[in-house]
Amino acid sequence: MMLVFCELKDGKVRKPSLEALSEARRLADAAGLKVAALFAGAACAGAEEAAGFGADVILKAEAPALASYSSDAFAALIAQAAEGQGATVVLGAATAIGRDVLPRVAARLGAGYASEVTALGLENGVLTADRPVYAAKAQASVTFTSKVQVASTRPNVFPATPCPKAGTVESLPVQGLDFKAVVKEILAKGGGKLDLTEAEVIVAGGRGMKEGANFKLLEELADALGGVVGASRAAVDAGWGLPHSMQVGQTGKVVSPTLYIACGISGAIQHVAGMSGSKVIVAINKDPEAPIFKLATYGIVGDLFEVVPEITKAVKAAGLSKA
Amino acid sequence: MKILVAVKQVPDSETKVKIAADGKSLDPADVKWITSPYDEYALEEALRLKEAKGAEVVAVCVGEEKAKDVLRNALALGADQAVLLKGASEDPLAVARALAAFAQELQPALILFGNKAFGSDHGAVGAMVAELMGLPQATLITKLELGEGTFRAEREGDAGIEVVEGSLPAVFTAQKGLNEPRYASLKGIMAAKKKTIEEREAALGEPALAVRTLTLPAARPEGRKLEGDAAAQAATLMGLLRDEAKVL
Ligand SMILES: Cc1cc2nc3c(=O)[nH]c(=O)nc-3n(C[C@H](O)[C@H](O)[C@H](O)COP(=O)(O)OP(=O)(O)OC[C@H]3O[C@@H](n4cnc5c(N)ncnc54)[C@H](O)[C@@H]3O)c2cc1C
Ligand SMILES: Nc1ncnc2c1ncn2[C@@H]1O[C@H](COP(=O)(O)O)[C@@H](O)[C@H]1O
Repeated sequence: MMLVFCELKDGKVRKPSLEALSEARRLADAAGLKVAALFAGAACAGAEEAAGFGADVILKAEAPALASYSSDAFAALIAQAAEGQGATVVLGAATAIGRDVLPRVAARLGAGYASEVTALGLENGVLTADRPVYAAKAQASVTFTSKVQVASTRPNVFPATPCPKAGTVESLPVQGLDFKAVVKEILAKGGGKLDLTEAEVIVAGGRGMKEGANFKLLEELADALGGVVGASRAAVDAGWGLPHSMQVGQTGKVVSPTLYIACGISGAIQHVAGMSGSKVIVAINKDPEAPIFKLATYGIVGDLFEVVPEITKAVKAAGLSKA
Repeated sequence: MKILVAVKQVPDSETKVKIAADGKSLDPADVKWITSPYDEYALEEALRLKEAKGAEVVAVCVGEEKAKDVLRNALALGADQAVLLKGASEDPLAVARALAAFAQELQPALILFGNKAFGSDHGAVGAMVAELMGLPQATLITKLELGEGTFRAEREGDAGIEVVEGSLPAVFTAQKGLNEPRYASLKGIMAAKKKTIEEREAALGEPALAVRTLTLPAARPEGRKLEGDAAAQAATLMGLLRDEAKVL
C-alpha cells in the first residue's frame, strides 16, 4: 500500500496533493500496489475528488479538533494511518504543512525521509528519489534502507493526471492524539492568490524595479497571465514593504513554475537556486552581461519600465489575458 | 532556562560544486565552510532570549573536527557552551537521533534550528528531533514570544502568517525575517578562543537514507535574445511563448 497525505482547500483537493497522488498512482501501478489518500480536518467534504486521481481508498479523519492544523496531532494521525494500512511508502506534497509534518511522520515511523523530490522510482519495493542540492548546482539520487519510506514532492514538478479508481471512502478513528502545538489563527491572508510554490506563472522583480510602488507593473502582467508576483532578496530587503513570503531563492521559496519572468534581476546564484527549475525563463535586464541571461530561454536586453508594459499590452492584444 | 541551538557547517553558497571521485559526495577541495545561514537566525534568537530573560545557550553541531569552527563562531557570538558530536551522515534522521539523544540529556526549554541546512536542504532535522522527543514544534518561524511555559510563534503558511501556540519545552526552526543576526565582536572572538569545545561521539545509529549518486544537472540550453524595440520584443516574446514554448 502507498499512503498519500492530501490537503483540501475550499472543498477541493489542493493541486500539489493531486500531483503527489498521481505520482503515487504511477509508482503503484508499476509495482502492483494500491493507493490510499488520507485527509484530515473537521470535515473532509471534497475528498472524493481523489478517486479521480488514482485513489483506491479515501481515508477521512474527521473531528472538530482537527479543524486547525497541529503538527504533533497530524503527524501521529498520518503515522497511525500508515501503520493501519501497512503502507511502505508515504508521500505528500512539500507545501507549508507537508514540509512541517512529513519529517515528523518519518521520525515517528523510523523511516527515511527525502524532501522536495523532483523524481521518484520504486524497484522491488525500494524507493529512490532525485532531489536538487547545493543550491540546485547538483542533483542527489537517494535511496532508502528503512522499511517505511517517506518523501515530499515538490509542487509543480509532477503532473496531476486524471485516473479514475474506486476511491472507497473509509472513515478513520481519531483517537489518542496530542495537540501540543496548534495553529490559532491566520494573519494577513494572501487575498485568495496562489502561493508562489504553486503558481504556474511567476513575474518576479529585483533591485532594478527601483521602488516598491513599481511592482504594480509586475502585478498587471501577472494578473494578465494568471500568475503571481515574486521578488529577489535585494528587493525584499530594500525596505520597499515587500513581505519575505515573496522572496525566491536559497533563503526564500524554491519555485518550479511553467513560466518565470525575471525583471531587473541579475541572476545571482542564490536567486537562481530558487528558480532554475522553471520550465521557461524570460529575463528582462538592461545589462546584456547579466548572468540571468545564461539561464533565460528568452532574453530581452532593455529597460524593464518600457518592456514590461509592452508585454502586458501584447498579452491583452493577443486575447490571452486571464484578468 | 537552557536553550539548545543546532548549528551546521555547510559549504558557502558561492561554492563551485565539484563531485568527488566516489561519485556521490561533494569534493571538499576549495570549499569555503560557513555556518548555515538559517542557523544564524536560530542562534541570534537564542542570544536575544538570553539577554531578555536570562538563559544558558548551548550550541551543538554534528560534524567532523573542522566543524569546530562554527562552534567557535557560536561562542564568539555569545553562546555559553559548545558541544561537537563527532560524526557525519547524509541522513537527516540519523543526525536528528544524535541531536535528540544529546538534547534528552540537557533537557532544554527551547531547541532552535535553522529551517534547513544550506546544501543538503532537507528541512527535516528540527521537526524530526521534535517528534523523537515528543515535543511540540513551530517551523519556519518569523516571530517568537514566550509566556509562562507557553509559546506563541508566527510562521509562514501557504495561506498567510499562521499563529502557532503551544507548550514548552518546544522545538523551533528559524526562517529569514525572525531577526537580524549580529556580528561577532573582537572581544567575543578572543574570549571564544579560550573556551573549550566539548567533544562526544554522535549517536547516529543506522541510516535510513543514503545518497546513491551526486551529479551535475544538465546545463540549460543557451537561450535566445530578442531583437528590436520594446514593442517588437514584446510581440516576438508573445509569439514564442505561445507557439514555440507553448506555455500560454
Ligand atoms: C547567504 C545568502 C543567501 C541569499 N539568498 C537569496 C535569495 O534567497 N534570493 C535572492 O534573490 N537573493 C539571495 N541572496 C542575494 C544574492 O546574492 C543577490 O544579492 C540578489 O539576488 C541580488 O538581487 P537583484 O538581482 O534584484 O539585484 P542586483 O544584483 O542589484 O541586480 C539588479 C539588476 O537589475 C538590472 N536593472 C536595473 N535597472 C533596470 C531597468 N530599468 N531595466 C532592466 N534591468 C534593470 C541591473 O542590470 C541588474 O542586473 C543571498 C545572498 C547570500 C549571501
Ligand atoms: N550536522 C548537523 N549539526 C547540527 N545541526 C544540524 C546538523 N544538520 C542539521 N542541523 C540542524 O537542523 C537544521 C535543518 O537541517 P536539514 O534538515 O538538514 O535541512 C539546520 O538548520 C540545523 O539547525
